[in-house]
Amino acid sequence: MSIAEAAPVVRGGPAISAREWRMLLVSVLILLAAACVPLVVGGYALQVSISIVMYAAFATSWLLFSGPTNYIALCTAAFFGIGMYVTAAGVDLVPYPVLILASGVAGAILAAIVGLATLRVSGIYFVIFSLGLAELVRQCMTWGQHVFGTMSGLYVTVDRSEPMYYWQLLALTAVIFLVGWWIGRSRLGFALRIIGNDEVVAVHCGINTARAKVVLFIISSTFASIIGALVAPRWGYVEPVVAFNPFLSFQVVIMALLGGTHRLWGPLLGVIPFTLLWELISIEFPDQTTLLLGLCFLLIVYAIPNGFTGLIEDVWQRRKGGVAPGARNA
Amino acid sequence: MPELVASEALSAAGLTKRFGGLAAVENMSFGLAEKEVLGLIGPNGSGKTTVMNLISGALKPSSGEIKLYGDNITGIGPSQVATKGVARTFQLVRMLPAMTVLENVAAGGVFGHARRWGKELEDYAQGLLARVGLANAGGAVVSALTYIDQKRVELARALASDPKVLLLDEWLAGLNPTELNVGIALIEQLRSEGCTIIIVEHVMHAIRSLCDRCIVMSSGVKIAEGTPAEVLADHGVIRAYLGDENA
Repeated sequence: MSIAEAAPVVRGGPAISAREWRMLLVSVLILLAAACVPLVVGGYALQVSISIVMYAAFATSWLLFSGPTNYIALCTAAFFGIGMYVTAAGVDLVPYPVLILASGVAGAILAAIVGLATLRVSGIYFVIFSLGLAELVRQCMTWGQHVFGTMSGLYVTVDRSEPMYYWQLLALTAVIFLVGWWIGRSRLGFALRIIGNDEVVAVHCGINTARAKVVLFIISSTFASIIGALVAPRWGYVEPVVAFNPFLSFQVVIMALLGGTHRLWGPLLGVIPFTLLWELISIEFPDQTTLLLGLCFLLIVYAIPNGFTGLIEDVWQRRKGGVAPGARNA
Repeated sequence: MPELVASEALSAAGLTKRFGGLAAVENMSFGLAEKEVLGLIGPNGSGKTTVMNLISGALKPSSGEIKLYGDNITGIGPSQVATKGVARTFQLVRMLPAMTVLENVAAGGVFGHARRWGKELEDYAQGLLARVGLANAGGAVVSALTYIDQKRVELARALASDPKVLLLDEWLAGLNPTELNVGIALIEQLRSEGCTIIIVEHVMHAIRSLCDRCIVMSSGVKIAEGTPAEVLADHGVIRAYLGDENA
């Protein structure tokens, strides 16, 4: 898996090219169309649509960090759970919008601590640690709940309609895309692409790699926590086992890989089919979900390592007769 | 040499690096004048690349001190050293495979000693590509380049930071005779433009034609210092290279 934003020129600077304006226009049209969904559908279709935008937000925010750095983060659940818990703990005390912000701040703080401690080590150590993190936080929460609470979970009572959940998550997804686009044009984005290509070169180019990675990790994790805050009222009742479910972390990674990790919009292409497939699996094979998740993971990694975007671009290149297929990732 | 001190670009004093019990570099002291080209030579395993890694911050010295224009850069880490104005190439060429040739060069000119961005960066990187003879390759993928062209890209990337001191670690290694002449001419050009360079090299005729001064290392210590002609005639140097027990 590699990032291959093979633009012919160094991007950045203040000027926005005509191509970028076109992309922006198309994105806004897609966003508007997506915003109309709750006006057209309801019931089960709307529930699935909410899942799709939620996973789109998850996978895209995951990509912000893991895409350019090639660090596979398996800790989405940790930050999602933190967001949920902050919301659940404060729901009777402060207004809900404040809780959304507070969740983001809590996620950012946790990400900063974790990032500073782990992002100096690279590769596999980080993967394992990120997986362990969700479990660690879950155990701490279970312990805290046991000591300070009176039951195994917390109730979250905020009055929101289903379309409202959809629109909130959609708006967040749009924000994540904007942030991702901005990072891609910034020095930070350029630094991260260099780090993802060769960390040794990156440090000798003067890049403070630890700082760049921590900043990106914070941004990415903050969004995961905010999703937790947005989703918590819909769940109504929050307990550690569901809030910090490691399943979520793997699902997000699989969706992003399926879509492709070298384009900002890549995960979207993975999220939509995978969420639909997952709905089907959950209904038809409720007892084999873990097994099937594993199979999906293997299939994706073997069959389409560069995801749908990789496939599309290879076909595109071949039709143009340009760069040989696969050369991009050589 | 007090007249040298004023324009001394780089100095090392008592530089030592131990890996466990092995002293890869032992008590090395040397100076590098501004606009000087210094050759660092010696048999394989004599510690040349370790010295380069110590200067560029990739390794932290066990003891000793390195100064860049009087500024202590010992142990501040590679990204800080780069920011202070030391650029390097690698013994085994290191490309950024998923980025274009132009981006590979531009990478050197954003975060380090020189900090350009946007159009200015692009123009500057393009100018450097022209300077190393790759004016038309900017949009290419690096995997499509030949070995010498990858080396050119790496050199351009190092130059993109407007370095005060340039470290070339066996930059000429692995080139065929024709490419070698091209490579030597390129460094010769940098030299005539007034770059301050340390070269680690095995190609002796390159050392003779490019270096003002040479330091010879063997088993981690400096065994000779002087003009290329002087050190290559030195009895101790010949023994270090060819050995007397194998003769």
